[in-house]
Amino acid sequence: MHLSEAINSGFFFLAPWLVFAPIVGLLINLIFGRQFSEKTVGTVASLASGAAFVVSVLLAYSVSINHGEMMRWRLAEWIHIGQLSLDWTFRIDSLSTTMMLVISGVGTLIHIYAIGYMHEDVRFKNDVGRFRRFFIFLNLFIASMMILVSGDSYLMLFVGWEGVGLCSFLLIGFWYEMDILGRSSWANSDAAKKAFIVNRVGDFGFLIAAFLMFWNFHSLQFDEVFEGVRALSAINSPVTIAITLFLLVGVAGKSAQIPLYIWLPDAMAGPTPVSALIHAATMVTAGVYLVIRSAPIYATAPDAQHVVAMTGAVTALFAATIAVGQYDIKKVLAYSTISQLGFMVAAVGMGAYVAGMFHLITHAFFKALLFLSAGSVILGLERGHHHAEHAAHAHHDEKPKKKAKNNIPSKVEGHEEVSHGHDDHEAEHGEARVESVETFDPGDMRNMGGLRKTMPVTFWLYMIGTVALAGIFPFAGFWSKDEILLDASLHFTTIYWLLTAAAFLTAFYMGRQIWMVFFGEPRHEAAAHAEESPKVMTLPLVVLAVLSVAGGALNLPFEGFHNLGHWLGYTIGEVESLPLDLKVAGISTALALLAILISWFIYGRNPLKVNQPDPLKKPLGPIFKGMESKWMVDEIYQALIITPFTKISYFLADVIDWRFWHDFVHDKVIAGTYNWVSEIGLNRYADQKVIDAFANWLADATQWVSAAMRKVQNGFVRSYALSVMLGVVLILGYLIFK
Amino acid sequence: MEFLLQPLTLLTFFPLIGVLVILFMNSESKAAIRWVALVTSLITFAISLWVFAQFNSSNPDLQIEAKYPWIQVAGWNIYYYLAVDGLSILLVLLTAFLTPISILSTWTAIEDRVKDFMIFFLLLEVGMTGVFLAQDLFLFYIFWEFTLVPMYFLIGLWGGPRRVYAAIKFFLYTMAGSILMLVAILYLGVKTLTFNIPDMLAVLPGLYSSGEITSATQMLLFIAFAAAFAIKVPMWPLHSWLPDAHVEAPTAGSIILAGVLLKMGTYGFLRFNIQLFPEATVQAAPWIALLATIGIIYGAAVSYAQADVKKLVAYSSVSHLGFVMLGLFALNPEGVAGAILQMVNHGISTGALFLLIGMIYEQTHTRELKVYGGLWKIMPIFGTVMLISSLSSMGLPGLNGFVGEFTILLGAFGSKAIGSAWYAGISAIGVIMAAVYILYMFQKMFLGPLGEITHHHELKDLNWREIITVAPLLVFMFWIGLYPAPFFNILAPAVDKLLSVLVIP
Repeated sequence: MHLSEAINSGFFFLAPWLVFAPIVGLLINLIFGRQFSEKTVGTVASLASGAAFVVSVLLAYSVSINHGEMMRWRLAEWIHIGQLSLDWTFRIDSLSTTMMLVISGVGTLIHIYAIGYMHEDVRFKNDVGRFRRFFIFLNLFIASMMILVSGDSYLMLFVGWEGVGLCSFLLIGFWYEMDILGRSSWANSDAAKKAFIVNRVGDFGFLIAAFLMFWNFHSLQFDEVFEGVRALSAINSPVTIAITLFLLVGVAGKSAQIPLYIWLPDAMAGPTPVSALIHAATMVTAGVYLVIRSAPIYATAPDAQHVVAMTGAVTALFAATIAVGQYDIKKVLAYSTISQLGFMVAAVGMGAYVAGMFHLITHAFFKALLFLSAGSVILGLERGHHHAEHAAHAHHDEKPKKKAKNNIPSKVEGHEEVSHGHDDHEAEHGEARVESVETFDPGDMRNMGGLRKTMPVTFWLYMIGTVALAGIFPFAGFWSKDEILLDASLHFTTIYWLLTAAAFLTAFYMGRQIWMVFFGEPRHEAAAHAEESPKVMTLPLVVLAVLSVAGGALNLPFEGFHNLGHWLGYTIGEVESLPLDLKVAGISTALALLAILISWFIYGRNPLKVNQPDPLKKPLGPIFKGMESKWMVDEIYQALIITPFTKISYFLADVIDWRFWHDFVHDKVIAGTYNWVSEIGLNRYADQKVIDAFANWLADATQWVSAAMRKVQNGFVRSYALSVMLGVVLILGYLIFK
Repeated sequence: MEFLLQPLTLLTFFPLIGVLVILFMNSESKAAIRWVALVTSLITFAISLWVFAQFNSSNPDLQIEAKYPWIQVAGWNIYYYLAVDGLSILLVLLTAFLTPISILSTWTAIEDRVKDFMIFFLLLEVGMTGVFLAQDLFLFYIFWEFTLVPMYFLIGLWGGPRRVYAAIKFFLYTMAGSILMLVAILYLGVKTLTFNIPDMLAVLPGLYSSGEITSATQMLLFIAFAAAFAIKVPMWPLHSWLPDAHVEAPTAGSIILAGVLLKMGTYGFLRFNIQLFPEATVQAAPWIALLATIGIIYGAAVSYAQADVKKLVAYSSVSHLGFVMLGLFALNPEGVAGAILQMVNHGISTGALFLLIGMIYEQTHTRELKVYGGLWKIMPIFGTVMLISSLSSMGLPGLNGFVGEFTILLGAFGSKAIGSAWYAGISAIGVIMAAVYILYMFQKMFLGPLGEITHHHELKDLNWREIITVAPLLVFMFWIGLYPAPFFNILAPAVDKLLSVLVIP
């Protein structure tokens, strides 16, 4: 197609490149990456993701010049059997292109950031070869996510849905032989496995919903399903209620809602860029996308919508309470993400699709910013820790490095040259270093303090992210959160108050974090010596910071500025745009400011001292203990599901299947009876001579074969086998030579 | 000579030429014997492709026939009758495809009596191909029983420590079922005066409608056939021979056992039970679905509790084959086509798992999960291949297992014959449980800190021969996962024809 033609009619033919571009990047790094330098690997991956961004932009442009009309691009046949008829078809409309832009835009920035981050991370963890693997996984993630948002059927969406789950598994378990602190452990791989399995529980719901759709509407293609729903023309019919609630199970899994959110906090075991990209900005919002995509079904099931909205609102508040009691900088952000996802789910549950999508976008900006800044903080502390150690061991080595307990030579993936020497001289001191790695946690906020002086750029970036998340005017989060609250205040009072309380806590735990991390005095040597991150890391953050400040402009609550609402309206139908309500906006802003003020009184005015317990511990007592221990939810799951399942499995395997069924029934009863019968019944009374004579003759006649079989002692089987074989040979001979 | 040049005759018996050549070779020239066996199996595979080239997938009927009257005694008509249709062509191809892979897997693993091993292996291929091609019940029965013999020796002579026990159990267990089938076959022969299946299918409806064969008798016949096939599948609770056979069998034996021999059971249901006894099939569907569902959940749960990785995969077959049975007896195109495709998928992914486990076993001589750990770090290629195979086995979309599992569950969910969505709904929990045991296996072997064995062995990553052995399987995992259309196109006409005779209330 000629360029001029494309400019006039659209670039829809590029749609498959959303997926192919990252796949090409992945393949280049997979096949040739061994020879590449880190920079080349990172550049290839970033370019691949960047190409997907360019395609997304072109597709969005194409949708807009076609006045928002949805386009399909059929790539290939997929499954056609019986009534099931599915193709690999891309669906390009305003909703999917919006998601594409967020995924590839934020994704590319995070790719670039990761070049810097992983460069240091693989050295701290002492396995340089794994740099390449990280970018292969990251590209795979972009490809899967693109399939998820661009598919034209529930099943194609599901391919992406599980694909991102796989990438999540691979990246959470990226450092699969250690725990978060780099100690030899199963912890990271446990976290990865947990994420995959919990997501599969959600996928189960998704599958059942798909089956229900198929047998009721005979299709899994979006428009045909929606057409079927419309044809039902019933409100709250059992079919749509069932479909939407089973879909909610999927949403709860992927978007970390109660009761399936438990995997997300553990997912922080992944490197920080992963937390930002997958576990904050993109993958976890897939559930929100799913609900918006299924809007025509949800619209006919208001009861189910209500359940969705309540799930979101309760999750928002519940997760926010846990965030207050956490000490790990990333864990706070993780629970904050669950909470913010709750806001989005509540929004789309209320039918406020634009508000939900708006918050999804702004959240992608500021939460990615916060996570990446947190990554910068963690690396800064690692550097500081090194620096301090280095000073202590100055006489040993000029190269800074850290050793994990399991110091396997990093030659496995090539790059031998980088695995600097493991000479005896170093090994002597290895133990001492291991000790210090084990006791120092660079993510623990109790080890931080005063970082605003040592890491000023990161500090300001973090501040911007915090203010945006807390919902302070005029930052991005203010506008999007306010839109959700406003919607709730009009129709759903309970949800409004739940969300408002969550918003209050949000501002509070973010304030707590800021005071603990950046203000006061350093509570650890590492914090005192923390070093700022390089430009390759901070520059992408600046872009995200700008977006976090100005992202609200996407959809301002003023006449003529409902850009996002108008744009999404092409797909989900025009949604009533609410004007700014000063009362709602005022309450939420006042509460946010109040929360920050309170957090200053508690954590800012008298900064935390070394080894001082959290000041909230005493006054709140058991409540704080509950928040700190995550309300024991993991323990409850352990007791209610995991332990019983394991016990049942072992009981079935050892007792039922093996001891009873295998050993007793088969070996004792059946084989025993057989032996007894043949002993008593045949041996004694049957004419042994005849049988023996026959068997002997057979054995003689076939001695050349039986020589090979001497080990097998069972005469019965042998004779039988030989006679069958002999028969076949005879028959064949007869057929051939007749 | 014309007889020998029939495509299907050639396909079935070509391995015998390899057997003959090997028979006259010196048993000490192991390398040469291996090459002869490999080349024979590769030529057989080429013949299968040649057969496939002649196959017309839009034709739902039996084709490429080779048909000769064979034994005509007392009005019984026994034919030498080979033919293929959409129901069997994929399984024939799978057999020819997996055999060279299995032979390659023995390259360094089998050092003891290579000559005998290869003879048995090629004989096994003859039997398996014959089972899928025979269109005469008598001929079918001969091939069916014949496969037992080489497999018996493969397990009994080259197996693990308890190989004799496992071999005998395998033999007796499967034979016990076959005897019931033999009685049923003879009964049908007496009633219809033929063993030729198309002829039989022409006569049977009359016998059913005239009451010559009552519904009760039909059900008995169904059960007799089902006994033989259910043991082979194996359906819960008749699976007790499988873990023994798998754990003791040499790698190549396990690949073929899981990849092809178990499919003979599901194929038997498809070709014989459903076609010959339509009324009983519809009646039995909910009961089979029940057993299949129990098998899916039970197999998955038991799998998770295994300490031996081969046993874990063996029990996972109970779960996977449960899916196949569920799909077959959904008796709608989605379910049945999905089930046939899943037979192929299971052959590929479980075949790959056994192959890979064999490769690591060759180096470490242990299959205890707890001594492994962190292998991915030491063997990155091996780890990646294992990951893909595991994901294929647990039904990750984009890989082959998903396409089969999804269509099966979809079919079963709305199946009129099964009559309730509960079976599929509960079976879908098996999908979650598959993630539990597969990821458990992958984690314990490949993730986490280095285990005992990884510490004490100088482990080597896959070499070129091993990569070439497993690569074709990986290609099919992606192919069927991403573009299954050609496979469904082969299946659809034959499946539609199969189902058209069923009357489902």
